[in-house]
Amino acid sequence: MPAIIEVDNLRKSYGSAVAVDGISFAVQAGECFGLLGPNGAGKTTTIRIVYGFTPRDSGHLRIFGTDCDGAWRALKARIGVCQQENNLDPDLTVRENLEIFAAYFNLPSPLVRERVASLLHFTALEGREQSSVRDLSGGLMRRLVLARALINEPQLLILDEPTTGLDPQSRHQLWSRLEELKLRGLTTLLTTHYMDEAQRLCDRLVIMDEGKILVEGAPLDLIRLHVGSSVIEVVAPSVDLRRMLQEKGLPYEDLGQRLVIYSIDGEALYRELLNGHSRDGCMMRPATLEDVFLRLTGRELRE
Amino acid sequence: MTGFDLSCRFVQVWQRNLLVYRKTWKISFVPPLLEPLFYLAAFGVGLGKLVGSLAYGGKSTNYTAYIAPALIAINIMQSAFFENTFSSFVRMYYQKTFDAMLATPLTIDEVITGEILWGATKSVIGTALMMVIVTLFGLLHYPYALLLLPAAFLGGLAFACAGMICTAIVPTIETFNLPMFLFITPMFLFSGTFFPLDNLPGWAQLVARTLPLTHLVELCRSLALGRISASTLTAVAYLFTWSVVLFPLALIGMRRRLVR
Repeated sequence: MPAIIEVDNLRKSYGSAVAVDGISFAVQAGECFGLLGPNGAGKTTTIRIVYGFTPRDSGHLRIFGTDCDGAWRALKARIGVCQQENNLDPDLTVRENLEIFAAYFNLPSPLVRERVASLLHFTALEGREQSSVRDLSGGLMRRLVLARALINEPQLLILDEPTTGLDPQSRHQLWSRLEELKLRGLTTLLTTHYMDEAQRLCDRLVIMDEGKILVEGAPLDLIRLHVGSSVIEVVAPSVDLRRMLQEKGLPYEDLGQRLVIYSIDGEALYRELLNGHSRDGCMMRPATLEDVFLRLTGRELRE
Repeated sequence: MTGFDLSCRFVQVWQRNLLVYRKTWKISFVPPLLEPLFYLAAFGVGLGKLVGSLAYGGKSTNYTAYIAPALIAINIMQSAFFENTFSSFVRMYYQKTFDAMLATPLTIDEVITGEILWGATKSVIGTALMMVIVTLFGLLHYPYALLLLPAAFLGGLAFACAGMICTAIVPTIETFNLPMFLFITPMFLFSGTFFPLDNLPGWAQLVARTLPLTHLVELCRSLALGRISASTLTAVAYLFTWSVVLFPLALIGMRRRLVR
Protein backbone atom coordinates (compact mmCIF):
# COMPACT_ATOMS: atom_id res chain seq x y z
CA MET A 1 0.00 0.00 0.00
CA PRO A 2 1.53 3.35 -1.00
CA ALA A 3 1.99 6.16 1.50
CA ILE A 4 -0.80 8.76 1.63
CA ILE A 5 1.70 11.62 1.36
CA GLU A 6 5.22 11.30 -0.06
CA VAL A 7 7.34 14.42 0.02
CA ASP A 8 10.81 14.26 -1.46
CA ASN A 9 13.38 17.05 -1.34
CA LEU A 10 10.73 19.79 -1.31
CA ARG A 11 11.92 23.38 -1.74
CA LYS A 12 10.20 26.76 -1.70
CA SER A 13 11.71 30.24 -1.56
CA TYR A 14 10.18 33.71 -1.43
CA GLY A 15 12.74 35.91 -3.10
CA SER A 16 15.95 35.34 -1.19
CA ALA A 17 14.14 33.92 1.87
CA VAL A 18 14.15 30.12 1.90
CA ALA A 19 10.91 28.89 3.49
CA VAL A 20 11.29 25.15 2.85
CA ASP A 21 14.79 23.86 2.29
CA GLY A 22 14.79 20.37 0.85
CA ILE A 23 12.59 18.38 3.22
CA SER A 24 11.44 14.77 2.78
CA PHE A 25 8.91 12.75 4.74
CA ALA A 26 6.12 10.24 4.19
CA VAL A 27 2.78 9.82 5.93
CA GLN A 28 1.28 6.34 6.05
CA ALA A 29 -2.43 5.48 5.90
CA GLY A 30 -4.21 5.91 9.23
CA GLU A 31 -1.35 7.85 10.73
CA CYS A 32 -1.44 11.20 12.48
CA PHE A 33 1.71 13.05 11.44
CA GLY A 34 2.83 16.33 13.00
CA LEU A 35 4.95 19.22 11.74
CA LEU A 36 6.44 21.08 14.70
CA GLY A 37 8.68 24.07 14.77
CA PRO A 38 9.03 27.66 15.93
CA ASN A 39 7.34 30.49 14.02
CA GLY A 40 8.83 30.84 10.58
CA ALA A 41 10.14 27.26 10.49
CA GLY A 42 8.27 26.53 7.26
CA LYS A 43 5.41 24.41 8.64
CA THR A 44 2.57 26.34 7.07
CA THR A 45 4.35 26.68 3.74
CA THR A 46 4.89 22.92 3.74
CA ILE A 47 1.26 22.04 4.32
CA ARG A 48 0.05 24.71 1.90
CA ILE A 49 2.17 22.96 -0.71
CA VAL A 50 0.70 19.60 0.31
CA TYR A 51 -2.90 20.78 -0.17
CA GLY A 52 -2.15 22.46 -3.46
CA PHE A 53 -2.40 26.10 -2.38
CA THR A 54 1.24 27.05 -2.83
CA PRO A 55 3.21 25.80 -5.83
CA ARG A 56 6.59 24.27 -4.92
CA ASP A 57 9.87 25.38 -6.49
CA SER A 58 11.26 21.85 -6.76
CA GLY A 59 11.01 18.37 -5.30
CA HIS A 60 8.51 15.57 -5.68
CA LEU A 61 5.06 15.39 -4.14
CA ARG A 62 2.77 12.38 -4.36
CA ILE A 63 -0.59 12.15 -2.63
CA PHE A 64 -2.60 8.90 -2.53
CA GLY A 65 0.17 7.49 -4.72
CA THR A 66 -0.58 10.02 -7.48
CA ASP A 67 1.83 12.61 -8.78
CA CYS A 68 0.23 15.94 -7.89
CA ASP A 69 1.06 17.95 -10.98
CA GLY A 70 -2.03 18.35 -13.12
CA ALA A 71 -4.12 16.22 -10.76
CA TRP A 72 -5.00 18.81 -8.11
CA ARG A 73 -8.72 19.00 -8.78
CA ALA A 74 -9.21 15.27 -8.26
CA LEU A 75 -6.86 15.20 -5.27
CA LYS A 76 -8.47 18.18 -3.54
CA ALA A 77 -11.83 16.42 -3.75
CA ARG A 78 -10.35 13.79 -1.39
CA ILE A 79 -8.61 16.17 1.05
CA GLY A 80 -10.11 18.16 3.93
CA VAL A 81 -8.35 21.30 5.13
CA CYS A 82 -8.62 23.40 8.30
CA GLN A 83 -6.65 26.53 7.58
CA GLN A 84 -5.09 28.63 10.33
CA GLU A 85 -7.73 31.37 10.20
CA ASN A 86 -11.40 30.70 10.87
CA ASN A 87 -12.30 31.64 7.31
CA LEU A 88 -15.99 30.89 7.66
CA ASP A 89 -18.61 32.95 5.84
CA PRO A 90 -19.68 35.48 8.49
CA ASP A 91 -22.88 36.39 6.63
CA LEU A 92 -24.15 32.82 6.61
CA THR A 93 -25.53 30.49 9.26
CA VAL A 94 -23.79 27.38 10.54
CA ARG A 95 -25.86 25.15 8.25
CA GLU A 96 -25.38 27.40 5.22
CA ASN A 97 -21.63 27.39 5.75
CA LEU A 98 -21.62 23.61 5.48
CA GLU A 99 -24.03 23.53 2.55
CA ILE A 100 -22.18 26.11 0.47
CA PHE A 101 -18.92 24.27 1.05
CA ALA A 102 -20.54 21.01 -0.04
CA ALA A 103 -21.56 22.78 -3.25
CA TYR A 104 -17.91 23.57 -3.98
CA PHE A 105 -17.37 19.80 -3.97
CA ASN A 106 -20.37 19.23 -6.27
CA LEU A 107 -22.05 16.93 -3.73
CA PRO A 108 -25.67 15.96 -4.49
CA SER A 109 -28.20 17.51 -2.11
CA PRO A 110 -29.61 14.35 -0.45
CA LEU A 111 -26.03 13.42 0.47
CA VAL A 112 -25.39 16.93 1.74
CA ARG A 113 -28.42 16.82 4.05
CA GLU A 114 -27.25 13.51 5.46
CA ARG A 115 -23.64 14.64 5.99
CA VAL A 116 -24.58 18.02 7.45
CA ALA A 117 -26.77 16.26 10.02
CA SER A 118 -24.09 13.77 11.01
CA LEU A 119 -21.33 16.41 11.13
CA LEU A 120 -23.43 18.74 13.28
CA HIS A 121 -23.86 15.81 15.63
CA PHE A 122 -20.18 14.86 15.50
CA THR A 123 -18.99 18.38 16.34
CA ALA A 124 -21.75 18.95 18.94
CA LEU A 125 -23.21 21.85 16.96
CA GLU A 126 -26.73 20.45 16.93
CA GLY A 127 -29.24 23.13 17.78
CA ARG A 128 -26.88 25.83 16.53
CA GLU A 129 -27.43 25.24 12.81
CA GLN A 130 -29.48 28.44 12.41
CA SER A 131 -27.01 30.56 14.39
CA SER A 132 -25.09 33.20 12.52
CA VAL A 133 -21.37 32.54 12.45
CA ARG A 134 -20.85 36.03 13.90
CA ASP A 135 -22.50 34.87 17.13
CA LEU A 136 -20.25 31.82 17.62
CA SER A 137 -17.43 31.67 20.17
CA GLY A 138 -13.90 30.82 19.07
CA GLY A 139 -14.31 27.19 20.12
CA LEU A 140 -17.60 26.76 18.23
CA MET A 141 -16.12 28.37 15.12
CA ARG A 142 -13.20 25.98 15.24
CA ARG A 143 -15.55 23.02 15.49
CA LEU A 144 -17.50 24.33 12.51
CA VAL A 145 -14.26 24.69 10.54
CA LEU A 146 -13.54 21.04 11.36
CA ALA A 147 -17.05 19.97 10.31
CA ARG A 148 -16.65 21.93 7.08
CA ALA A 149 -13.32 20.23 6.36
CA LEU A 150 -15.05 16.85 6.73
CA ILE A 151 -17.99 17.61 4.41
CA ASN A 152 -16.37 15.74 1.48
CA GLU A 153 -15.51 12.72 3.68
CA PRO A 154 -11.81 13.25 3.06
CA GLN A 155 -9.24 10.47 3.08
CA LEU A 156 -6.66 12.96 4.28
CA LEU A 157 -7.27 15.70 6.83
CA ILE A 158 -4.86 18.65 7.00
CA LEU A 159 -4.93 20.91 10.06
CA ASP A 160 -2.89 24.12 10.38
CA GLU A 161 -2.61 24.96 14.09
CA PRO A 162 -6.06 23.59 14.91
CA THR A 163 -6.29 24.77 18.53
CA THR A 164 -4.38 28.07 18.55
CA GLY A 165 -6.25 30.62 20.66
CA LEU A 166 -8.76 28.18 22.17
CA ASP A 167 -9.54 27.81 25.87
CA PRO A 168 -8.59 24.50 27.56
CA GLN A 169 -12.15 23.11 27.35
CA SER A 170 -12.39 23.79 23.64
CA ARG A 171 -8.94 22.33 23.01
CA HIS A 172 -9.80 19.10 24.78
CA GLN A 173 -13.14 18.88 22.99
CA LEU A 174 -11.38 19.30 19.63
CA TRP A 175 -8.69 16.80 20.54
CA SER A 176 -11.27 14.17 21.43
CA ARG A 177 -12.94 14.74 18.03
CA LEU A 178 -9.60 14.32 16.29
CA GLU A 179 -8.88 11.15 18.27
CA GLU A 180 -12.25 9.80 17.25
CA LEU A 181 -11.40 10.46 13.59
CA LYS A 182 -8.09 8.68 14.07
CA LEU A 183 -9.90 5.63 15.43
CA ARG A 184 -11.96 5.61 12.24
CA GLY A 185 -8.68 5.39 10.32
CA LEU A 186 -8.47 8.92 8.93
CA THR A 187 -4.96 10.00 7.96
CA THR A 188 -4.08 13.39 9.43
CA LEU A 189 -1.30 15.92 8.84
CA LEU A 190 -1.14 18.74 11.37
CA THR A 191 1.06 21.65 12.36
CA THR A 192 1.22 22.91 15.89
CA HIS A 193 3.50 24.60 18.34
CA TYR A 194 1.74 23.11 21.31
CA MET A 195 3.91 20.21 22.42
CA ASP A 196 1.18 18.64 24.56
CA GLU A 197 -1.05 18.60 21.49
CA ALA A 198 1.62 16.92 19.37
CA GLN A 199 2.44 14.41 22.12
CA ARG A 200 -1.21 13.50 22.53
CA LEU A 201 -2.28 13.30 18.88
CA CYS A 202 0.72 12.45 16.72
CA ASP A 203 1.93 8.93 15.97
CA ARG A 204 5.00 10.41 14.37
CA LEU A 205 6.27 13.93 13.91
CA VAL A 206 9.09 16.02 12.58
CA ILE A 207 10.60 19.05 14.25
CA MET A 208 11.48 21.72 11.69
CA ASP A 209 13.60 24.83 11.94
CA GLU A 210 14.62 27.28 9.25
CA GLY A 211 13.03 25.19 6.53
CA LYS A 212 14.82 21.97 7.43
CA ILE A 213 13.77 18.85 9.32
CA LEU A 214 15.85 18.44 12.48
CA VAL A 215 14.47 15.11 13.71
CA GLU A 216 11.72 12.67 12.86
CA GLY A 217 10.14 9.97 14.99
CA ALA A 218 7.43 8.94 17.45
CA PRO A 219 7.03 11.46 20.32
CA LEU A 220 8.19 9.05 23.06
CA ASP A 221 11.15 7.80 21.03
CA LEU A 222 12.27 11.37 20.39
CA ILE A 223 12.03 12.18 24.09
CA ARG A 224 14.01 9.09 25.09
CA LEU A 225 16.63 9.66 22.42
CA HIS A 226 17.20 13.40 22.84
CA VAL A 227 16.39 14.11 26.48
CA GLY A 228 16.06 10.89 28.47
CA SER A 229 13.18 9.81 30.66
CA SER A 230 13.40 12.65 33.12
CA VAL A 231 14.69 16.18 33.54
CA ILE A 232 16.01 17.86 36.68
CA GLU A 233 15.56 21.56 37.09
CA VAL A 234 17.58 23.47 39.66
CA VAL A 235 16.70 27.01 40.66
CA ALA A 236 19.53 29.34 41.75
CA PRO A 237 22.30 26.80 41.19
CA SER A 238 25.63 27.05 43.03
CA VAL A 239 29.09 27.24 41.43
CA ASP A 240 29.84 23.82 42.97
CA LEU A 241 26.93 22.25 41.20
CA ARG A 242 28.03 23.56 37.82
CA ARG A 243 31.57 22.24 38.44
CA MET A 244 30.22 18.87 39.48
CA LEU A 245 28.10 18.57 36.33
CA GLN A 246 31.04 19.52 34.15
CA GLU A 247 33.28 16.96 35.88
CA LYS A 248 30.72 14.25 35.36
CA GLY A 249 30.21 15.34 31.76
CA LEU A 250 26.43 15.51 32.18
CA PRO A 251 24.45 17.44 29.54
CA TYR A 252 22.71 20.50 30.94
CA GLU A 253 21.46 23.86 29.87
CA ASP A 254 22.47 26.97 31.79
CA LEU A 255 19.75 29.59 31.84
CA GLY A 256 21.47 31.75 34.46
CA GLN A 257 19.01 31.47 37.33
CA ARG A 258 18.04 27.96 36.35
CA LEU A 259 19.79 24.78 35.27
CA VAL A 260 18.04 22.13 33.20
CA ILE A 261 19.86 18.81 33.53
CA TYR A 262 19.20 16.01 31.08
CA SER A 263 20.23 12.72 32.60
CA ILE A 264 19.72 9.12 31.58
CA ASP A 265 19.99 8.08 35.23
CA GLY A 266 17.91 10.86 36.68
CA GLU A 267 16.85 9.13 39.89
CA ALA A 268 20.37 8.66 41.30
CA LEU A 269 21.49 12.14 40.33
CA TYR A 270 18.39 13.67 41.85
CA ARG A 271 19.05 11.94 45.18
CA GLU A 272 22.63 13.13 45.09
CA LEU A 273 21.55 16.70 44.41
CA LEU A 274 19.02 16.63 47.22
CA ASN A 275 21.65 15.38 49.69
CA GLY A 276 24.51 17.55 48.62
CA HIS A 277 23.94 20.62 46.56
CA SER A 278 20.61 22.33 46.67
CA ARG A 279 17.90 20.95 48.85
CA ASP A 280 15.36 23.61 47.86
CA GLY A 281 14.55 24.56 44.31
CA CYS A 282 15.53 21.19 42.92
CA MET A 283 12.83 19.36 41.02
CA MET A 284 12.69 16.20 38.94
CA ARG A 285 9.94 15.78 36.34
CA PRO A 286 9.27 13.49 33.39
CA ALA A 287 10.84 14.67 30.16
CA THR A 288 8.42 16.10 27.61
CA LEU A 289 8.42 16.87 23.94
CA GLU A 290 8.89 20.51 24.89
CA ASP A 291 12.34 19.64 26.28
CA VAL A 292 13.22 17.99 22.97
CA PHE A 293 11.90 20.97 21.07
CA LEU A 294 13.80 23.56 23.10
CA ARG A 295 16.98 21.50 23.09
CA LEU A 296 16.91 21.19 19.32
CA THR A 297 15.65 24.61 18.31
CA GLY A 298 17.23 26.67 21.09
CA ARG A 299 15.67 29.18 23.43
CA GLU A 300 16.17 32.42 21.51
CA LEU A 301 13.09 34.31 20.44
CA ARG A 302 12.32 33.92 16.74
CA GLU A 303 10.42 37.03 15.86
CA MET B 1 1.47 28.08 -14.31
CA THR B 2 0.35 28.60 -17.86
CA GLY B 3 -3.08 28.37 -19.44
CA PHE B 4 -6.35 29.04 -17.64
CA ASP B 5 -7.94 26.33 -15.51
CA LEU B 6 -11.58 27.19 -15.91
CA SER B 7 -14.66 24.96 -15.82
CA CYS B 8 -18.32 25.84 -15.25
CA ARG B 9 -17.73 25.33 -11.52
CA PHE B 10 -17.40 29.13 -11.26
CA VAL B 11 -21.20 29.02 -10.95
CA GLN B 12 -20.73 27.78 -7.36
CA VAL B 13 -18.81 30.95 -6.46
CA TRP B 14 -21.52 33.05 -8.09
CA GLN B 15 -24.17 31.12 -6.12
CA ARG B 16 -22.33 31.74 -2.85
CA ASN B 17 -22.49 35.48 -3.49
CA LEU B 18 -26.14 35.27 -4.48
CA LEU B 19 -26.93 33.42 -1.24
CA VAL B 20 -25.25 36.14 0.83
CA TYR B 21 -26.98 38.85 -1.24
CA ARG B 22 -30.38 37.29 -0.64
CA LYS B 23 -29.80 37.59 3.10
CA THR B 24 -29.16 41.32 2.85
CA TRP B 25 -31.45 42.21 -0.07
CA LYS B 26 -33.72 44.42 2.04
CA ILE B 27 -30.81 46.82 2.45
CA SER B 28 -29.19 46.25 -0.96
CA PHE B 29 -32.47 47.03 -2.72
CA VAL B 30 -32.75 50.52 -1.30
CA PRO B 31 -29.94 52.45 -3.10
CA PRO B 32 -30.87 51.50 -6.70
CA LEU B 33 -34.48 52.49 -5.96
CA LEU B 34 -33.79 55.75 -4.15
CA GLU B 35 -30.80 57.05 -6.09
CA PRO B 36 -32.62 57.61 -9.40
CA LEU B 37 -35.46 59.27 -7.49
CA PHE B 38 -33.07 61.79 -5.94
CA TYR B 39 -31.23 62.49 -9.17
CA LEU B 40 -34.36 62.75 -11.28
CA ALA B 41 -35.83 65.14 -8.72
CA ALA B 42 -32.70 67.31 -8.48
CA PHE B 43 -31.49 67.32 -12.08
CA GLY B 44 -34.64 66.54 -13.98
CA VAL B 45 -37.20 68.62 -12.15
CA GLY B 46 -34.85 71.25 -10.72
CA LEU B 47 -32.14 71.73 -13.36
CA GLY B 48 -34.36 70.55 -16.20
CA LYS B 49 -36.53 73.69 -15.80
CA LEU B 50 -33.48 75.80 -16.67
CA VAL B 51 -32.20 73.55 -19.44
CA GLY B 52 -35.48 72.69 -21.08
CA SER B 53 -34.62 70.27 -23.85
CA LEU B 54 -31.59 69.43 -25.99
CA ALA B 55 -30.85 67.66 -29.27
CA TYR B 56 -30.07 63.96 -29.17
CA GLY B 57 -29.94 61.77 -32.27
CA GLY B 58 -31.27 64.68 -34.31
CA LYS B 59 -34.40 65.02 -32.15
CA SER B 60 -35.25 67.43 -29.42
CA THR B 61 -35.15 65.57 -26.12
CA ASN B 62 -36.47 66.59 -22.75
CA TYR B 63 -33.58 67.00 -20.24
CA THR B 64 -35.03 64.53 -17.73
CA ALA B 65 -35.38 61.87 -20.45
CA TYR B 66 -31.81 62.69 -21.52
CA ILE B 67 -30.20 62.06 -18.13
CA ALA B 68 -32.36 59.14 -16.94
CA PRO B 69 -30.48 56.52 -19.08
CA ALA B 70 -27.16 58.07 -17.99
CA LEU B 71 -28.17 57.48 -14.38
CA ILE B 72 -28.76 53.83 -15.24
CA ALA B 73 -25.33 53.64 -16.91
CA ILE B 74 -23.66 55.24 -13.88
CA ASN B 75 -25.36 52.71 -11.63
CA ILE B 76 -24.14 49.86 -13.85
CA MET B 77 -20.59 51.18 -13.55
CA GLN B 78 -20.72 51.74 -9.81
CA SER B 79 -22.46 48.46 -8.90
CA ALA B 80 -19.90 46.26 -10.64
CA PHE B 81 -16.88 48.38 -9.76
CA PHE B 82 -17.81 48.56 -6.07
CA GLU B 83 -18.55 44.85 -5.94
CA ASN B 84 -15.23 43.77 -7.40
CA THR B 85 -13.16 46.31 -5.50
CA PHE B 86 -14.38 46.88 -1.94
CA SER B 87 -16.56 43.77 -1.58
CA SER B 88 -14.13 41.40 -3.31
CA PHE B 89 -11.27 42.82 -1.24
CA VAL B 90 -13.21 42.17 1.97
CA ARG B 91 -13.84 38.58 0.89
CA MET B 92 -10.24 38.10 -0.21
CA TYR B 93 -8.34 39.89 2.55
CA TYR B 94 -10.50 40.11 5.66
CA GLN B 95 -12.78 37.09 5.39
CA LYS B 96 -10.25 34.82 3.61
CA THR B 97 -13.18 33.44 1.61
CA PHE B 98 -10.98 32.78 -1.42
CA ASP B 99 -8.44 30.88 0.70
CA ALA B 100 -11.22 28.57 1.91
CA MET B 101 -12.47 28.05 -1.65
CA LEU B 102 -8.98 27.24 -2.89
CA ALA B 103 -8.79 24.27 -0.50
CA THR B 104 -11.67 22.72 -2.49
CA PRO B 105 -11.68 21.50 -6.11
CA LEU B 106 -12.32 25.10 -7.24
CA THR B 107 -9.43 26.74 -9.09
CA ILE B 108 -8.38 30.34 -8.65
CA ASP B 109 -9.57 31.13 -12.19
CA GLU B 110 -13.03 29.83 -11.29
CA VAL B 111 -13.15 31.83 -8.06
CA ILE B 112 -12.26 35.07 -9.85
CA THR B 113 -14.57 34.37 -12.80
CA GLY B 114 -17.43 33.75 -10.35
CA GLU B 115 -16.63 37.05 -8.63
CA ILE B 116 -16.55 39.01 -11.90
CA LEU B 117 -19.81 37.51 -13.15
CA TRP B 118 -21.37 38.30 -9.80
CA GLY B 119 -20.25 41.94 -10.17
CA ALA B 120 -21.95 42.05 -13.58
CA THR B 121 -25.04 40.44 -12.04
CA LYS B 122 -25.20 43.19 -9.41
CA SER B 123 -25.32 45.68 -12.29
CA VAL B 124 -28.26 43.81 -13.85
CA ILE B 125 -30.17 43.70 -10.54
CA GLY B 126 -29.58 47.42 -10.02
CA THR B 127 -30.69 48.21 -13.56
CA ALA B 128 -33.90 46.19 -13.20
CA LEU B 129 -34.77 48.08 -10.02
CA MET B 130 -33.99 51.47 -11.53
CA MET B 131 -36.03 50.65 -14.60
CA VAL B 132 -39.09 50.28 -12.37
CA ILE B 133 -38.71 53.84 -11.10
CA VAL B 134 -37.73 55.38 -14.44
CA THR B 135 -40.67 53.63 -16.12
CA LEU B 136 -43.02 55.20 -13.56
CA PHE B 137 -41.75 58.59 -14.76
CA GLY B 138 -42.62 57.47 -18.31
CA LEU B 139 -39.02 57.91 -19.49
CA LEU B 140 -38.36 54.47 -21.05
CA HIS B 141 -39.25 53.56 -24.58
CA TYR B 142 -40.42 49.92 -24.71
CA PRO B 143 -39.72 47.31 -26.07
CA TYR B 144 -36.18 48.59 -26.82
CA ALA B 145 -35.70 49.54 -23.18
CA LEU B 146 -35.81 45.83 -22.23
CA LEU B 147 -32.42 45.51 -23.92
CA LEU B 148 -31.07 47.61 -21.04
CA LEU B 149 -30.84 44.35 -19.06
CA PRO B 150 -28.34 42.57 -21.34
CA ALA B 151 -26.60 45.94 -21.81
CA ALA B 152 -26.26 46.14 -18.02
CA PHE B 153 -24.58 42.74 -18.01
CA LEU B 154 -22.13 43.75 -20.73
CA GLY B 155 -21.35 47.09 -19.10
CA GLY B 156 -21.17 45.44 -15.69
CA LEU B 157 -18.68 42.92 -17.03
CA ALA B 158 -16.45 45.72 -18.31
CA PHE B 159 -16.34 47.48 -14.95
CA ALA B 160 -16.18 44.22 -12.97
CA CYS B 161 -12.98 43.27 -14.81
CA ALA B 162 -11.54 46.75 -14.22
CA GLY B 163 -12.42 46.51 -10.51
CA MET B 164 -10.87 43.07 -10.17
CA ILE B 165 -7.63 44.32 -11.70
CA CYS B 166 -7.57 47.09 -9.06
CA THR B 167 -8.14 44.46 -6.36
CA ALA B 168 -5.19 42.48 -7.68
CA ILE B 169 -2.95 45.52 -7.33
CA VAL B 170 -3.95 47.61 -4.30
CA PRO B 171 -1.93 47.11 -1.09
CA THR B 172 -4.76 48.20 1.24
CA ILE B 173 -8.50 48.77 0.97
CA GLU B 174 -7.99 52.55 1.35
CA THR B 175 -6.03 52.58 -1.92
CA PHE B 176 -9.31 52.07 -3.82
CA ASN B 177 -9.92 55.79 -3.26
CA LEU B 178 -7.35 56.41 -5.99
CA PRO B 179 -9.15 54.65 -8.88
CA MET B 180 -12.46 55.94 -7.50
CA PHE B 181 -11.20 59.52 -7.68
CA LEU B 182 -9.11 59.29 -10.87
CA PHE B 183 -11.19 56.85 -12.93
CA ILE B 184 -14.77 56.66 -11.70
CA THR B 185 -15.49 60.27 -10.70
CA PRO B 186 -14.18 61.94 -13.92
CA MET B 187 -16.17 59.46 -16.00
CA PHE B 188 -19.25 60.12 -13.89
CA LEU B 189 -19.02 63.81 -14.82
CA PHE B 190 -17.55 63.90 -18.32
CA SER B 191 -18.87 60.87 -20.25
CA GLY B 192 -21.84 62.53 -21.85
CA THR B 193 -23.79 61.87 -18.69
CA PHE B 194 -25.30 65.23 -17.74
CA PHE B 195 -24.41 67.22 -20.88
CA PRO B 196 -23.51 66.24 -24.48
CA LEU B 197 -19.87 65.47 -25.32
CA ASP B 198 -20.04 68.15 -28.01
CA ASN B 199 -19.95 70.80 -25.28
CA LEU B 200 -16.41 69.70 -24.35
CA PRO B 201 -13.27 71.02 -26.10
CA GLY B 202 -11.99 68.77 -28.91
CA TRP B 203 -9.18 67.12 -26.99
CA ALA B 204 -11.46 66.35 -24.05
CA GLN B 205 -13.97 64.74 -26.41
CA LEU B 206 -11.20 62.45 -27.69
CA VAL B 207 -10.21 61.47 -24.16
CA ALA B 208 -13.85 60.86 -23.25
CA ARG B 209 -14.31 58.54 -26.22
CA THR B 210 -11.54 56.24 -24.97
CA LEU B 211 -13.37 55.71 -21.66
CA PRO B 212 -15.89 52.90 -21.14
CA LEU B 213 -18.62 54.93 -19.44
CA THR B 214 -18.98 57.16 -22.52
CA HIS B 215 -19.89 54.10 -24.56
CA LEU B 216 -22.10 52.63 -21.87
CA VAL B 217 -24.02 55.92 -21.57
CA GLU B 218 -24.47 56.01 -25.35
CA LEU B 219 -25.68 52.39 -25.35
CA CYS B 220 -28.15 52.94 -22.51
CA ARG B 221 -29.44 56.22 -23.94
CA SER B 222 -30.07 54.80 -27.40
CA LEU B 223 -31.88 51.78 -25.93
CA ALA B 224 -33.91 53.77 -23.39
CA LEU B 225 -35.06 56.26 -26.00
CA GLY B 226 -35.44 53.63 -28.73
CA ARG B 227 -33.05 55.40 -31.11
CA ILE B 228 -30.66 52.74 -32.34
CA SER B 229 -27.82 53.96 -34.54
CA ALA B 230 -24.30 53.04 -35.64
CA SER B 231 -22.92 54.45 -32.39
CA THR B 232 -25.05 51.92 -30.48
CA LEU B 233 -23.20 49.11 -32.20
CA THR B 234 -19.85 50.85 -31.73
CA ALA B 235 -20.61 51.04 -28.01
CA VAL B 236 -21.40 47.31 -27.84
CA ALA B 237 -18.21 46.47 -29.77
CA TYR B 238 -16.15 48.74 -27.51
CA LEU B 239 -17.49 47.26 -24.25
CA PHE B 240 -17.12 43.72 -25.58
CA THR B 241 -13.51 44.28 -26.62
CA TRP B 242 -12.71 46.02 -23.32
CA SER B 243 -14.05 43.00 -21.38
CA VAL B 244 -12.29 40.44 -23.56
CA VAL B 245 -8.96 42.20 -23.00
CA LEU B 246 -9.37 42.94 -19.30
CA PHE B 247 -10.84 39.60 -18.18
CA PRO B 248 -7.64 37.54 -18.66
CA LEU B 249 -5.62 40.39 -17.14
CA ALA B 250 -7.84 40.20 -14.04
CA LEU B 251 -7.26 36.44 -13.77
CA ILE B 252 -3.51 36.81 -14.17
CA GLY B 253 -3.38 39.68 -11.69
CA MET B 254 -5.33 37.79 -9.04
CA ARG B 255 -3.13 34.72 -9.50
CA ARG B 256 -0.08 36.84 -8.86
CA ARG B 257 -1.71 38.22 -5.76
CA LEU B 258 -3.09 34.97 -4.28
CA VAL B 259 -0.70 32.22 -5.34
CA ARG B 260 2.29 32.53 -3.09
